[in-house]
Amino acid sequence: MTDLFPLYNSLRIAAISGVIVFFTGIAAAWYASKLPRTVKGLLDVLLTLPLVLPPTVCGYFLLRVFGARRPLGRLLLHWGVRLAMHWTGGVVAAVVVAFPLMYRTARGAFESFDERPAWAAQTLGLSNTWIFWHVRMRACRQGILAGGVLAFARALGEYGATSMLIGYTPGRTATVATTVYQLWRTDDERGAFFWVMVNLAISAVVLLSVNLLESRQRTGRSLWRWR
Amino acid sequence: MALEVDIEKRLGAFHLRAAFCCDRETLGILGPSGSGKSLTLKCIAGIERPDRGHIALDGQVLFDSQRKIDLPPQARRVGCLFQSYALFPGMTVRQNLLCALHAERDRKTRAARVDAMLKLLQLRDAADLRPEALSGGQAQRTALGRILLNAPDLMMLDEPFSALDAHLRLRLQMEMKDLLAGFGRSVLLVTHDRDEAYRMCDRLGVMSAGRMTTVKDTKALFADPETRAAAALTGCKNIADAVKTGPREVFVPAWNARLVTQAPVRDGLVAVGIRAHSFKPDEALNRFPVRILKEMEEPFAWVSAFRFEGQAPDAPALWWRYPRECRPTETPEALGVAPGEVLLLY
Repeated sequence: MTDLFPLYNSLRIAAISGVIVFFTGIAAAWYASKLPRTVKGLLDVLLTLPLVLPPTVCGYFLLRVFGARRPLGRLLLHWGVRLAMHWTGGVVAAVVVAFPLMYRTARGAFESFDERPAWAAQTLGLSNTWIFWHVRMRACRQGILAGGVLAFARALGEYGATSMLIGYTPGRTATVATTVYQLWRTDDERGAFFWVMVNLAISAVVLLSVNLLESRQRTGRSLWRWR
Repeated sequence: MALEVDIEKRLGAFHLRAAFCCDRETLGILGPSGSGKSLTLKCIAGIERPDRGHIALDGQVLFDSQRKIDLPPQARRVGCLFQSYALFPGMTVRQNLLCALHAERDRKTRAARVDAMLKLLQLRDAADLRPEALSGGQAQRTALGRILLNAPDLMMLDEPFSALDAHLRLRLQMEMKDLLAGFGRSVLLVTHDRDEAYRMCDRLGVMSAGRMTTVKDTKALFADPETRAAAALTGCKNIADAVKTGPREVFVPAWNARLVTQAPVRDGLVAVGIRAHSFKPDEALNRFPVRILKEMEEPFAWVSAFRFEGQAPDAPALWWRYPRECRPTETPEALGVAPGEVLLLY
């Protein structure tokens, strides 16, 4: 019987970081979409950097910040929060790497939003909060959900930054991705193949749901009934 | 009880200056695209903020740059029908209408009022359709119903018929006229279509390059447009620079023509306009030899491009339009214009 800990660990890291990225990504995208052009450009570079940097470079920076001998890492340790060589560090790594995907898709959705329904709602006396949730988020929903799924998938498949920050300890920090590499390195070809298949299955499900979301968006049918 | 507007706003090189009143009537703003019509509406609705000026509706100040008053759109009680109707995506016609009654607490009253509106606007069959499934006319009526249910003190219509097929336009204009009469409050209608402006509006203001000029009764504006921009927007095809040469006489260098006018010519004349249908082959006054260049047939009229014999070579050709049944048997060698049909532009 194969030890399924890597799957469990990967899923919990991806789920927690997915939720964090989903909301911070939307908030950052909303904030950025209202900024003037030049400031937006700068912020964009900063927030998108992890998408183009090699994940190991992200891991390097994370270690410099959260490593046990660094000031912030030490402060966190003092409060009992351990990130390096601990599965919670995997959440941090996944958040950093997956964030740009959520941020960019959500920002694209917000920026392509036709403002006129929002104006119409304002002139009808509807509050700005109501407009955000019922008009804006509704119109952008499919794009935002697709971004969320992509970010979740990226978090699930995170390898580089994760292996730098939390390494590979069987039963403690091992994820699906790091397990494949570890088993392959130690000549356990059957084990590696098993985890590769697990990975493929997850990716297939994720991509199918993205496609489903996109086709719903095209045909204009909504995914969930309203009221 | 009226709308008073006097605003100014700069956007890059564009400079908007608009001042007018609208008192329980349908006031049209006629102007080419990009002239600042929609921007004016957005300033009144509170979506855009003017640089300076004053907007008041029925005595309540909506915006005043000096007194630092700038009410949010929600507090202005101004309804706006946007060009593409701006229905809420993903909501049915009924849900769109219900949104306009958010202030009404009682669920049953809300439902009853929406049902009445659906009936009034003949939308009962479309009540459960979403915006993307609606025809242009249905979408327009839904947007209008949303505003009527909200009962604003001012209604603004931004190019309400431009997205509709031509054969629908006339019918919907008639229906809209009835609905607006029932609305009974001030209405602002923005359009670039002179026929629409003429049919729908009691008074018209002309907007060109951000500037609102000549606000007057619709019929008076078509009879005497006063400015070049107004003449062009009301469909005058022949406009040329002119100088005053006598109390009732002007000279047009481009046409090399001296024209007598019915109205006395004031100082400061810049141009004259002659509508294409004002030229007559049997008119004895202001009569000049012409050369017809081209002819084109329309459903109920003919249009000719022609030049005066003495016309400057680089001046553009003129237009003459006449009903089909008035087509002369021989090509006329001279055309005249009654003095009353020479439009004096200042």
